[in-house]
Amino acid sequence: MIRYVVKRLMMLVPVLFGVTLVSFSLLQIVPGDPAVLLAGEDANPEFIEAVRKEYGFDQPLHVQYLRFVARAVQGDFGISIRNREPVIRLLLQRFSFTVQLSFLSILIAAAIGLVAGVVSATRQYSLFDHASMVGALLGISMPIFWLGLLLMLVFSVHLRWFPAGGSGELRHLILPAIALGAASAAVIARMTRASMLEVIRQDYIRTARANGLRETVVIYKHALKNAMIPVITVFGLEFGYMLGGAVLTETVFSLPGVGRLMVEGIFQRDYAVVQGAMLLVATTFVLVNLLTDIAYALFDPKIRYE
Amino acid sequence: MSEPLPRTSQAAEVWRRLRRNRAALVGGAVVAVFVFTAIFAPAIAPFAPDRGDLGRRLEPPSAEHWLGTDELGRDIFSRILYGARVSLQIQLVAVLIALAAGCLLGLVGGYYGGWADHGIMRAMDILLAFPGIFLAISIIAVLGPGLLNLMLAAGIYSIPQFARIVRGSILSLKEKEFVEAARAAGEGDASILFRHLLPNAMAPIIIQTTLRMATVLLTASGLSFLGLGVQPPHPEWGAMLSNARPYLITAPHVATFPGLAIMLVVMGFNLFGDGLRDSLDPRLKD
Repeated sequence: MIRYVVKRLMMLVPVLFGVTLVSFSLLQIVPGDPAVLLAGEDANPEFIEAVRKEYGFDQPLHVQYLRFVARAVQGDFGISIRNREPVIRLLLQRFSFTVQLSFLSILIAAAIGLVAGVVSATRQYSLFDHASMVGALLGISMPIFWLGLLLMLVFSVHLRWFPAGGSGELRHLILPAIALGAASAAVIARMTRASMLEVIRQDYIRTARANGLRETVVIYKHALKNAMIPVITVFGLEFGYMLGGAVLTETVFSLPGVGRLMVEGIFQRDYAVVQGAMLLVATTFVLVNLLTDIAYALFDPKIRYE
Repeated sequence: MSEPLPRTSQAAEVWRRLRRNRAALVGGAVVAVFVFTAIFAPAIAPFAPDRGDLGRRLEPPSAEHWLGTDELGRDIFSRILYGARVSLQIQLVAVLIALAAGCLLGLVGGYYGGWADHGIMRAMDILLAFPGIFLAISIIAVLGPGLLNLMLAAGIYSIPQFARIVRGSILSLKEKEFVEAARAAGEGDASILFRHLLPNAMAPIIIQTTLRMATVLLTASGLSFLGLGVQPPHPEWGAMLSNARPYLITAPHVATFPGLAIMLVVMGFNLFGDGLRDSLDPRLKD
């Protein structure tokens, strides 16, 4: 197991190198003097020169890159030119919001997806099975931003069950979390159903039944436990995707998440913010995937020996 | 002696299986209507997509304006028809970019292995480190907003999926006897790659292309909704939805129909892609 974890950690090195290189090269590719881009076009010449010195824009590229990484590791992503605030403070504030939203979403998605998947598999081709698979198809086909608007229209405007705007309380997060989690619920439901159907056909399930175990014990104790292994991977992956995909939900519901911070950064040419957001979201996603793989290996010993 | 089995071509067999799959047929029909609309929008649309009548803003659906009018008094039905054009164009360009680059990278990586494969796959890992639409947004951050950059972003965003699938197929195909035979007959690498390996890897590529059309539409309309893609006044469904947001309460129909259009087309491609998967490769069916 330790060897697997070490191997998996080693694979992280080139990816993190690439991720830092990509966000570093943002300032190099965007037309214009990097020092002016970071300082802002209306900054005075002394300040621009100070930025140039501090970031080493007068140095060769590899020195600039190393400085960029050294600063990033220390949590220094520069100053936002719009907010006049350290980027790291903005990022942490906004990112913790996105993580909360994604966490609630994955909980909702897991609950709906697992129940729908297990019931569908145990009653294959029943009305429930067909209905939940049609629901899953709708879930993966619906644009998140449209679903968000519809939820807002029905549950905030007409039924008045939830507030239409604002943030900071759980009730502000329910509708956005449903919108963000719908597609994941669909994916989890499909995956659980397929995995359950495969497990139910295995010999050990037939043996369990032949031994006279009650059907509920067979399904929930023996089948579900084994069927869950591939589904765990989906949880991790979907949670990771939410961190990036939350940007649409955040925009629809006007929520202060990291995705919206990044999009605003693009519009306002606040490059320090964009760089920081790219780096933070990608690194977190990579780490979430690492943890998912390790969890998968813990549950399924076969993986470790491949 | 029994009669020899009738010989059927692979295409005929796939078509036979596809025809019996009702979901795939529905998906295929939706896709066909979408493509037809995109091509003939100017002939079908009752109004010009950008002709507004400020005296008739935000009108609900009526006999004259089937889906009502938007915030500038433009006919929503006509704009949705023209929007199909914009969407199909984006989807085709983006998927072609991904298909060409992804297939090439997958072929080279899978066939040659070693450092080439290692390098290509690590590069794909780096792209995949940016989750979903966030990758497309990051590319737009570098390139800047706009239609052309949107196509490029949606294209690059889909490269890893094609590269991985093609590489996987090539890895298992290159050990087969027909490849060895071709090599023994003195055929070069290029000939083996494009005349023998690629044609045999077509099934997963076709399936992925169809499913990717759905993902690209969702991503591209999402980017336009954020203001990073197609800019108003062009009739793009995501951008139309974004413009409709301030009128959600007073005129909900303005936001309803573009979203419905996106969902229908995405669903069509998904159903058709799933159907193709079942027909082209019955082993994959659950």
